[in-house]
Amino acid sequence: MQVDEPVLLPRLSRVAVCGGTHGNELSGVYLVREMLKTEKRKEDGEPASVLMVLSNPRAMQQCSRYVDTDLNRCFTHATLNGPVSEGAPYEIFRARELNALLGPKGSRAAVDLICDLHNTTANMGLSFIAYSDCDWICLHIFRYLQMPDTPMRFIHFDVSTKESYSLDSIGKHGFAMEIGPQPHGCVKSNIYTAMKEGVQHMQDWVRCFNSGCVFDGGPVDVFTMVKNLDYPRDGETRSITAAIHPRLQDRDFCLLHPGEPLFQAFSGETIKYKGNEPLYAFFINECAYYEKGIALSLARKKRVTVPSIRVQTDEEERASEQSFASEEEE
Amino acid sequence: MQRTSVPPIYNVTICGGTHGNELTGVYIVREMQKQKMEKAGSVSVTTVETNPRAVAAGRRYTEMDLNRCFTDVLLSSPITESTPYEVRRAQELNAQLGPKGSAKAVDLLIDLHNTTSNMGLCFIFYSIDWITLHIYKYIENNLNSVPVRAIQLDIPSSEAYSLESVGKHGFAIEVGPQPCGVLRADIFNVVKEALDLTLQWLQKFSSGHSFEGGTVDAYTFVKSVDYPRDSAGKATAIIHQDLQDNDFKLLRSGDPIFQTFSGDILKYEGEDLYPFFVNECAYYEKKIAFHLAQKKTYSFPHISVKND
Repeated sequence: MQVDEPVLLPRLSRVAVCGGTHGNELSGVYLVREMLKTEKRKEDGEPASVLMVLSNPRAMQQCSRYVDTDLNRCFTHATLNGPVSEGAPYEIFRARELNALLGPKGSRAAVDLICDLHNTTANMGLSFIAYSDCDWICLHIFRYLQMPDTPMRFIHFDVSTKESYSLDSIGKHGFAMEIGPQPHGCVKSNIYTAMKEGVQHMQDWVRCFNSGCVFDGGPVDVFTMVKNLDYPRDGETRSITAAIHPRLQDRDFCLLHPGEPLFQAFSGETIKYKGNEPLYAFFINECAYYEKGIALSLARKKRVTVPSIRVQTDEEERASEQSFASEEEE
Repeated sequence: MQRTSVPPIYNVTICGGTHGNELTGVYIVREMQKQKMEKAGSVSVTTVETNPRAVAAGRRYTEMDLNRCFTDVLLSSPITESTPYEVRRAQELNAQLGPKGSAKAVDLLIDLHNTTSNMGLCFIFYSIDWITLHIYKYIENNLNSVPVRAIQLDIPSSEAYSLESVGKHGFAIEVGPQPCGVLRADIFNVVKEALDLTLQWLQKFSSGHSFEGGTVDAYTFVKSVDYPRDSAGKATAIIHQDLQDNDFKLLRSGDPIFQTFSGDILKYEGEDLYPFFVNECAYYEKKIAFHLAQKKTYSFPHISVKND
């Protein structure tokens, strides 16, 4: 096989866009609601090309992140398939419903692509969050999306399929589209517009891909999560005793060097970063992470070379199955 | 100019956590308690975390907005089994820091709040009170890191619904933008500085210092504007990007105020007014997209403390 031939990938027949996985992350809630309304108005009876889902309606109703437990941590194989009692958290039941609708996770019936919409209080611009750094579909969508007014980054959580816990892991391909800064329970027009454009461009890309376009390869900078840092806390009460330092606040994706300011104690003292290596900070001061013991996350950056890709035609699929079968015979 | 002598301020109470997810006040109060900040010169200082249940839950309130529970009616309403937690708590606070309107009430009550709106630092008060205006002026002259403004709510004391109305003198310090549930160090520093300046002023005042009169431009609440809604009551638009973060920038007829989800722009029609609390997240449920105010100039006299 020639090196510069595009990689052939199966068609993306079923795509899902999910909002309200966290009920108070409102850009996705309003965007999916609006897209559902627009869909209802279609008169030509064309089947929906994209499945729109409001993931956590009960949390949305009370405008809170979740009702009993964080829905976006309920999608591990163990949680989806293990035993569940009647008194189990609402979100565990809802996760199973979503797995039946969009999955089952790991099976051939799962949707081809999930885009899960999120907001963050951190100054992260538009970030893709994915479990793989070599899912060419997600990386190509990211390359295609580049919007002039919105900084964009690709974040990789190096978590195995077995341990992957978020909604987007149900699809054969999936990523979270995380946009900030926006307070939870609030909608800001620039953030809403960025998300709307992002989803629109993604749909355009999918249409193009399915119709046979070749997408040229190239480099993508990927931030791979290394670790989280918690706030300094009072030994007895566990109450935080410092806030993110003003020199780090809002500087997501800056390179944090050992010795640089990290926290400001309430007494006024500066607490410095004591790590061994410079790392890129992100999710700096995400409101929902206080209870998870995360003040910020740290990542290494690397350059991934994404190959050119094209959709695999039915013929090519048949040809490859035949050659596979004859290889097996030999 | 007129010289006025004013009764002494013997004590000041600083309150935080009236809304449990407005974190600056929570942590300022906790830090002051840790540092045992009990005196500023001759003035005694008390600190109170006013809605501990809401703070523990990380929510604005548990059953009802505590900062709407201080009207005379709610403070005197009989407590039954079905009385919301916050109404009970308001009556407890009124017993501790009031009673509102009586000689026993604390001399000065300062309530710390945050907003998601881009309002810088605002003093919010009901009555045109010389102590409040002098402290405001002192902070306005000495605090340079953020814009400082005064907001007046023209409501008679009996109907005044928020915590600071319990003190003989009182005002809220409202600082934003800060998301609910988030603590920003820069905002914490601003509020700390404002409180340090307040305590400084109180010490000077108590030791006989005379303060020059002057004028204050205050924004007086006129009305609120809600989001456009559909027949099911759901908002059909969001604050327009030209209005977003432009609190206190004069709004004129024809200026964009909302953009609908379908992309249309809705414009303001009415007299020239100043918007504030633009896109305050806690106000979505109160059906308020933003407030509108007139700007008025108030003069205040030279003051010094009255000697017995």
